[in-house]
Amino acid sequence: MNAPTETALGLTESRSPGGRLLKALTYLLVLVVFAGPLLALLVSAFSKVKDPTQLSVIPSAATLDNFRIAFDQGVLAYLLNSFFVVGFGLLLQVAVSVLAGYALARKVFPGMTLVLVAILATLMLPEEILALPLSLILADLPVVHFNLIGTLAGMIVPLGAWGFSILVMTEFMKDVPKELEEAARIDGAGDLRIFAQIILPMCKPALGVIGVFGFTMIWDQYLLPLLVATDSSSYTLPLALRTLRIDPDVTPGVVLAASLLALLPSVIVFLFFQRSFVHGLSSGALKG
Amino acid sequence: MSLDQVKRAPLPERRAHRAAGRGADGADGAAAGHRRRDRRAGRWWTPWLFLAPALLLFLYFKFIPMANALTMSFQEVQPYLGNRWVGTENYATVLGSDGFRDAAWHTVVLAAGQTAGSMLLGLALALLMEGQGRRLGFVRSAAFLPVVVPIAVVAELWRIMYHPTEDGMVNSLLGLVGFGPSGFINDPDSSLVSIMVTGIWRGAPYDMMIFLAGLASVDRGLYEAAKVDGASRFQRVRHVTVPGLRSVFSILFILAAIRGLRVFTEVFLLTNGGPDGSTEVVMTLIYKLGLEQNRLGVGAAGAVLLFLMTLILTIAVHLVRRRESK
Repeated sequence: MNAPTETALGLTESRSPGGRLLKALTYLLVLVVFAGPLLALLVSAFSKVKDPTQLSVIPSAATLDNFRIAFDQGVLAYLLNSFFVVGFGLLLQVAVSVLAGYALARKVFPGMTLVLVAILATLMLPEEILALPLSLILADLPVVHFNLIGTLAGMIVPLGAWGFSILVMTEFMKDVPKELEEAARIDGAGDLRIFAQIILPMCKPALGVIGVFGFTMIWDQYLLPLLVATDSSSYTLPLALRTLRIDPDVTPGVVLAASLLALLPSVIVFLFFQRSFVHGLSSGALKG
Repeated sequence: MSLDQVKRAPLPERRAHRAAGRGADGADGAAAGHRRRDRRAGRWWTPWLFLAPALLLFLYFKFIPMANALTMSFQEVQPYLGNRWVGTENYATVLGSDGFRDAAWHTVVLAAGQTAGSMLLGLALALLMEGQGRRLGFVRSAAFLPVVVPIAVVAELWRIMYHPTEDGMVNSLLGLVGFGPSGFINDPDSSLVSIMVTGIWRGAPYDMMIFLAGLASVDRGLYEAAKVDGASRFQRVRHVTVPGLRSVFSILFILAAIRGLRVFTEVFLLTNGGPDGSTEVVMTLIYKLGLEQNRLGVGAAGAVLLFLMTLILTIAVHLVRRRESK
């Protein structure tokens, strides 16, 4: 047993019954406020919820009806769209980030500062502000003249490069010892081999971080799919929730069942990769 | 990520350093190895090849749209007819309209309320849940869940919770402590505050995590010293913890404020600006102008103004930080 370390409020040391009770009550309140609504969602999705007031944490007559109706409404297709977008989006984003990270971390070249400034600038540039011109560009990509409106590709490609992932990769790749690279060069390895066989395998933790963050970021996308989707065949699940809600034949229970399906993947990813997540969160924010 | 690290090792210096590192080889050997390495290290364009996908995507989906937004804001955009240059007319339209001024005001109120609320609540949560322990870890993870739940789900969930009749979920909880039923998002008087509460619910756990990371780096010895000096808990927090978290505060402030200014999805899904325009924010207005009314030039002008707001805020906070650290 390690001794409790001193904290700001010194609550960890309180061993008295009163202190313990206070602590337990605090935790309970926190759980009720932050996890409570999600628990209500979970329970209600499996209950017969006819009108919106019946959201409750006490299960009543467990049923799978909500999910059955949700699937009748095409939720499976929306879910598959979402998986398609997040799968390919993440693949593209990770590939782009490791390549860019390699150049920025392991090379010194004229123009590098400019590139870094440009990447930082994209982080400061809220995507919401670009919504209007972006929707025009997606309809007619300059030079190549593709129309991405109404396609899932239109929700994937714009997310391919994310400044956050590139910067995380760059920081991490900087820490790979120079000697390893030098040795490989003396053995005659080129850049591509050094990248693929030396640097990349040493960056697994960073891949975890950008993977988890990329997943959560892409799964949470709303505005971009809203700009791109033209009809329900290209809706992602988050987008479909609104359509379901507006449909007068659909009960709130069905919306909640679909919501549950929409939140599960990101919650599961978070619970499995909490370490990477919290690590990336604090390093990303505190290093500035 | 800081740019200093790049500046610190410019090309000649780094090479000199490496050559010096070879030491015993002597100057000649180092120079020869140097030339050989240059050849092997690839051509000048190798790094650009690695950067190409990222730069191309940024160009297409960030920089060209940004440039287009700027030009569009000075034009009357007419698809198929060609754009007409109108100078600052769009800006005059935007700034002169009551709708935009109201939306800007709502945005600022929402951003300020959410930022302050999330940071205060986040700090309180972090202070209460600092330390180790499995139970503590569980509570922290559970509290963090709202952050990873997709925003569209958060909005639909709170819509149902905010049901305006007495037996709506939040209303029945309010009823337990003796408050009458509120219309929440359906009542112009409470709609903006309701959206703010939802935003704080989702933002506070995020701030909590960052504060917890910051708290871990506060010097434990200072707490011990404060204890010896007979400082109360409040005094410890006031004089040791808060000063130790200064950089965390400013980073969270920028992040939260920018998040607040660009708010779109929650408002779009919860109220879409209503009732009676009481929750119209800049982004929902831009969306309506651009994609529903096709007034792209005016919408672009609004977007540019919003961008300037976030930029000014970012620079201001950076300046304050720099002055503080001196």
